[in-house]
Amino acid sequence: MRHLIDPLDFTMEETIRLMDLADRISQDPAAYQDVAARKKLATLFYEPSTRTRLSFEAAMLNLGGKVLGFPDAGVSSATKGETVADTIRVVSCFADIAAMRHPKEGAPLRAARYSRIPVINAGDGGHSHPTQTLLDMMTIRNRKGRLDHLTIGFCGDLKFGRTVHSLIKSLARCEGMKFVLISPEELRVPDYIIHEILEPKGLEYQETRSLEQAMPDLDILYMTRVQRERFFNEEDYVRLKNSYILTEAKMALAHPDMAVLHPLPRVNEITLDVDEDPRAAYFEQVQNGVYMRMALIMTLLGLKDPKTGEVAFKC
Amino acid sequence: MLKVDELHNGVVIDHITAGTGLALYHMLELEKLHDATVALLQNVRSQKTGKKDIIKIEGDVSGLNFDVLGYLDPQITISCIEDGRIVRKIRPDLPKQLVNVIKCTNPRCITAIEEGCDHIFALTPSGRYRCIYCEEEFRVKP
Repeated sequence: MRHLIDPLDFTMEETIRLMDLADRISQDPAAYQDVAARKKLATLFYEPSTRTRLSFEAAMLNLGGKVLGFPDAGVSSATKGETVADTIRVVSCFADIAAMRHPKEGAPLRAARYSRIPVINAGDGGHSHPTQTLLDMMTIRNRKGRLDHLTIGFCGDLKFGRTVHSLIKSLARCEGMKFVLISPEELRVPDYIIHEILEPKGLEYQETRSLEQAMPDLDILYMTRVQRERFFNEEDYVRLKNSYILTEAKMALAHPDMAVLHPLPRVNEITLDVDEDPRAAYFEQVQNGVYMRMALIMTLLGLKDPKTGEVAFKC
Repeated sequence: MLKVDELHNGVVIDHITAGTGLALYHMLELEKLHDATVALLQNVRSQKTGKKDIIKIEGDVSGLNFDVLGYLDPQITISCIEDGRIVRKIRPDLPKQLVNVIKCTNPRCITAIEEGCDHIFALTPSGRYRCIYCEEEFRVKP
């Protein structure tokens, strides 16, 4: 049995196989509608989330499976002081697989150590969000036709942005990637990303404060929201929340085939006029997320692809 | 220079980075050694590093966990003294994992709220220890 806790839990080869499966699902979703019949997914969401929870639930329903769980810690036994370790031991008796979101970093790993069913990290605090990473990579590959020799700019909150950390870790395994890290000083990417991931692999990176200067060099621009919930101090949030706003005017500085990604939800960091730009790929990411989560659930449950008669890889 | 008596039976933890001796004292929970004599010397002159801290413990040290020392300060040496003579010198290894030796101080980490959750730090290829849950690096604060 395997879990998905960290974006690096799967090898690059496994990740590619998962993306291939997600692509096959996207081309013919109807062929997969009964693959997970009689299987149950538990969605354990200790923190509110619209997109990720609904995406997991849609993925399981699309596969013919069923869903149970809670959308908020307030309606779970966590309010009575139940530990994550106990909750997952109980849920293991009810479901075949679990997706967990938790405000505390490492909670899904804690769950995985006690679980009898596969656990998927659906986001743990500011730490990690591996399924977002998988769908981001799928979107990049679909848009650019490859996952190597690309220049990718990350913009906004690079300190608390878990999607950023996860995606950098994963893309650092691809050949010839260049990283442009665009953020205010206070929201710089954590040092360990640079000293333990980018530098040891000899990957090219650049830190800058200017989105405008970086734009012309980018194949991908990954925008992020400055997240109010990650700040202990409201004053800091207010000061930093409008640091970068992507407008159609700024898009004029970019390559005609650059793609703009965003993990959503957005607040005001991408203005609405950019939505009409064909380079805006953020709603495509949402659709890819469902296909990727379908592929992930199938693989962790060891369910065969009806198209190939095989599992994407053995878990 | 300040003189501290030679040890008869015990250990000398030497070559501690100046300014971190007190943190190390607490980390090793030396305040709980009720039957041993403990001396912390700070800013001792050192030919190699200019100045250093030293901890001397006279008495039974069998309950102490020296595992953490290698990480806290790789240059540290531990000399074991018996009958007034150095019987062996230990250069602490870096264990692959530290379980409940040091604590994760990240308030966003699951270890901050989960009852019965061990504090586990794993050695990274770069020689740092990170909490296995939140990946926060452990740092010694002087």
